[in-house]
Amino acid sequence: MKKELIFGMVIIGFLVSCHVEDEKPFASLLEEGEELSGGATTVHDESVNAFGHAAPNLTGDKELLFVTGNSFFKRNWVTAPASTEDLDGLGPFFNARSCSSCHALDGRAAPPSGPDEEPLGLLFRLSKPSAIEWEQLPDENYGGQIQPHGILGVEGEGFVSVSYQEVPGTYPDGTSYSLRRPNYDYSNLNYGPLEATTQVSPRIGPHMVGLGLLEAIAEETLLAYADPEDTDGDGISGRANYVENVATGENQIGRFGWKANQPTVRQQVAGAFNGDIGITSSLFPDQPCAPGQDCSEIANGGDPELTADVLDRVTLYSEVLAVPRRRDWDQPEVLQGKGLFEQVGCTSCHIPKMVTGDYDIHPEFSNQTIRPYTDLLLHDMGEGLADGRPDGLATGVEWKTPPLWGLGLIHVVNGHTYLLHDGRARNIEEAILWHGGEAVASQQAFKELEQSERVALIKFIESL
Amino acid sequence: MNRLKGISLLAMMITSLFLISCGADNEGSQLDETKAAAVSQYAVLVHQNYVDAHTDGVALQTAIDAFVASPSAASLETAKDAWLNARETYGQTEAFRFYGGPIDDEDGPEGQLNAWPLDESYIDYVVAGGEEVDGTNIINSPEEFPEITAEVLAGLNEQGSETNISTGYHAIEFLLWGQDLSEGAGSGERRYTDYVTDGTGTNDNQERRATYLVEVTKLLVSDLASLVSEWEEGAEYRTAFESSVDASLENMISALGKLSKGELAGERMFVAYDLRSKEDEHSCFSDNTHRDIVTNAQGIQNVFLGSYGTFVSGTSIYDVIALEDQELADELAAKIAESVALCELIQDPFDQEFLDTAGRERIFAAITSLRAQGDLLAEAGSKLGFTFDPTDI
Repeated sequence: MKKELIFGMVIIGFLVSCHVEDEKPFASLLEEGEELSGGATTVHDESVNAFGHAAPNLTGDKELLFVTGNSFFKRNWVTAPASTEDLDGLGPFFNARSCSSCHALDGRAAPPSGPDEEPLGLLFRLSKPSAIEWEQLPDENYGGQIQPHGILGVEGEGFVSVSYQEVPGTYPDGTSYSLRRPNYDYSNLNYGPLEATTQVSPRIGPHMVGLGLLEAIAEETLLAYADPEDTDGDGISGRANYVENVATGENQIGRFGWKANQPTVRQQVAGAFNGDIGITSSLFPDQPCAPGQDCSEIANGGDPELTADVLDRVTLYSEVLAVPRRRDWDQPEVLQGKGLFEQVGCTSCHIPKMVTGDYDIHPEFSNQTIRPYTDLLLHDMGEGLADGRPDGLATGVEWKTPPLWGLGLIHVVNGHTYLLHDGRARNIEEAILWHGGEAVASQQAFKELEQSERVALIKFIESL
Repeated sequence: MNRLKGISLLAMMITSLFLISCGADNEGSQLDETKAAAVSQYAVLVHQNYVDAHTDGVALQTAIDAFVASPSAASLETAKDAWLNARETYGQTEAFRFYGGPIDDEDGPEGQLNAWPLDESYIDYVVAGGEEVDGTNIINSPEEFPEITAEVLAGLNEQGSETNISTGYHAIEFLLWGQDLSEGAGSGERRYTDYVTDGTGTNDNQERRATYLVEVTKLLVSDLASLVSEWEEGAEYRTAFESSVDASLENMISALGKLSKGELAGERMFVAYDLRSKEDEHSCFSDNTHRDIVTNAQGIQNVFLGSYGTFVSGTSIYDVIALEDQELADELAAKIAESVALCELIQDPFDQEFLDTAGRERIFAAITSLRAQGDLLAEAGSKLGFTFDPTDI
């Protein structure tokens, strides 16, 4: 009899669990494999090193070449000349001595915590308008970016102090919130004043995962999301930036950088070496000196300073850093948030799912179903977020939709939750509330959700 | 099944369950005891290794003080020998890195002691294309840096929001050997006259150079002394280390894995092997990198077997792993011994070895063995209930 009882209990247990399974709210929104944001290139790690892995499906000796790239991503560059000839040539002007000082653990930089703290990982791009609409010229005294440091014997360019002003707001349900608007003060400008027409754009160092996958998306796939004249009347345009591929001299769709001003990972890497560390390369052979700064007498670390091999390795490293798998993707609250994310219109620009094209550089990345939550296109984000500085075809109010994968692990890897191009948003909620321009309808719809729904939507983004 | 049989079967099952769990208990306590003994022996070994590194550091300091007091080719040679000797014991201590212990916790001295690459033109004059480079450096800028003391150097090492590497073993190495300007084999050839202060010396600011050398060595010795005291019996860190056995064991083993695969096989050997770049090696001024590699590999074996020099211990990581998986413990012991042997085959100087076909084979064999060793250590970790990534350094 006991046996029957136990048997019966097992059966009931079975039924109950099946029953619960069926009733699990929002289960219909669950998609098979959606936790694998990078398809077969996805890595399973939720630790502080979650952004630091090579894609697990690399072939040949790429895993070893990744080691060399990783090394040069972390190593400090030193003043030229030095016996370590692959690593000399720092500056003469620089923001940082290594890639990892702004992308710690391949993650995202935080803005300074107070007005006296140096903005490391937050840089300030400079340009002035030219007679040609899509062209920007460097500032006469400071070039394309403020580099606060100089090597010994060379004065740094200046200090930018970041302070914030609280801007209060209220949800329709009466809940109040506060956003912070950044303010920048320039001091110790050692090379004269900025030109009157010079425009400044603050940019923070984003996390590094999934770049090769973004490069692997076919241009037609991206252009299918573009609607520059808003012919479908949904209020969302979406424009591609076209920028020069300096290796080929041709204009190409921009994919990387906050305004999609770099066409390839390689050019993004070489550009950062040049502008941020002061390292010349085959792609950017000139030191990052302004027209008005004479750097010809300062020792350099070779011509170019970045050897072809090292550029290759760091490029490979940056291409294959793997996207981490999602967490809690099957939890009801996350699924509810996923539904709301679509319902309020976020997915018009943060495209949930794409298939990569043929990618000759890393065939391992070809034809992968990925979940990048971006269209890599430019959108008018409103005056609140505008930097007022054009970049290629991007206007002063446009920004590229950033990918959202890995967002929920930034606090684990980098110990903070700051978001947006200048790190002004202290968390996901504030980042959403800053959305304006084309995104204003979605932002309004978010605000009109019930509090529990807003929490669910944020939980969903944290699961990415 | 009748009721009686059922009951006796149940009784047997309960009894055997009991027995199994008793057995597990015994095994458990033996494992626990072995773990605790291995952790304690490790602490003794670490302390002894740092004591020796400190002793050798003090001997280096004595030789440097003597050299500076009376510079000559012979006293320079003596100082260089003392430096090479000091690297032997220090190199083995690198097996104690990679878990945020006294050497590399937040205020640990690793960056000040052994960081690389050295910012040599930040320290002293350098030559490029046969001409002295006209740049500012600490030794030759008396107005900008009026005082050179251990404290000032420690501060400058961190100037500019990040580290300028201007202290530690490699700074001393640069001040003794000088730049390695040779195209082929050969180390730096700094003349002792760089330190002669009676007006007949070479290059400028000989006295300031001597002060830099003396002070940077003082800083090194005091950093080594701090490591000795943190690992002293009864010291706060060591007591905590020995009382949290499982966490410490995890630190000990993961450190070996990370030094094997991420640091030694990857950062220190594969990068140089891959790029064939001149002086992409840690002791580039003295051409002593081949010994850096061997002493690191040796340090791993020391910890794994609980043996170090003439110091003998009873219980080690090997014994702990053997309780869980004898075969794996033996495989690891053999692999670690193989790695040490393969590292010893790498010829001096390293910056020529990675250009030579046979040399490249020797280096790659050591890299392959060390990578496999890192993976085996990670496997041992999972047998003991924890995971780590041996490439994550």
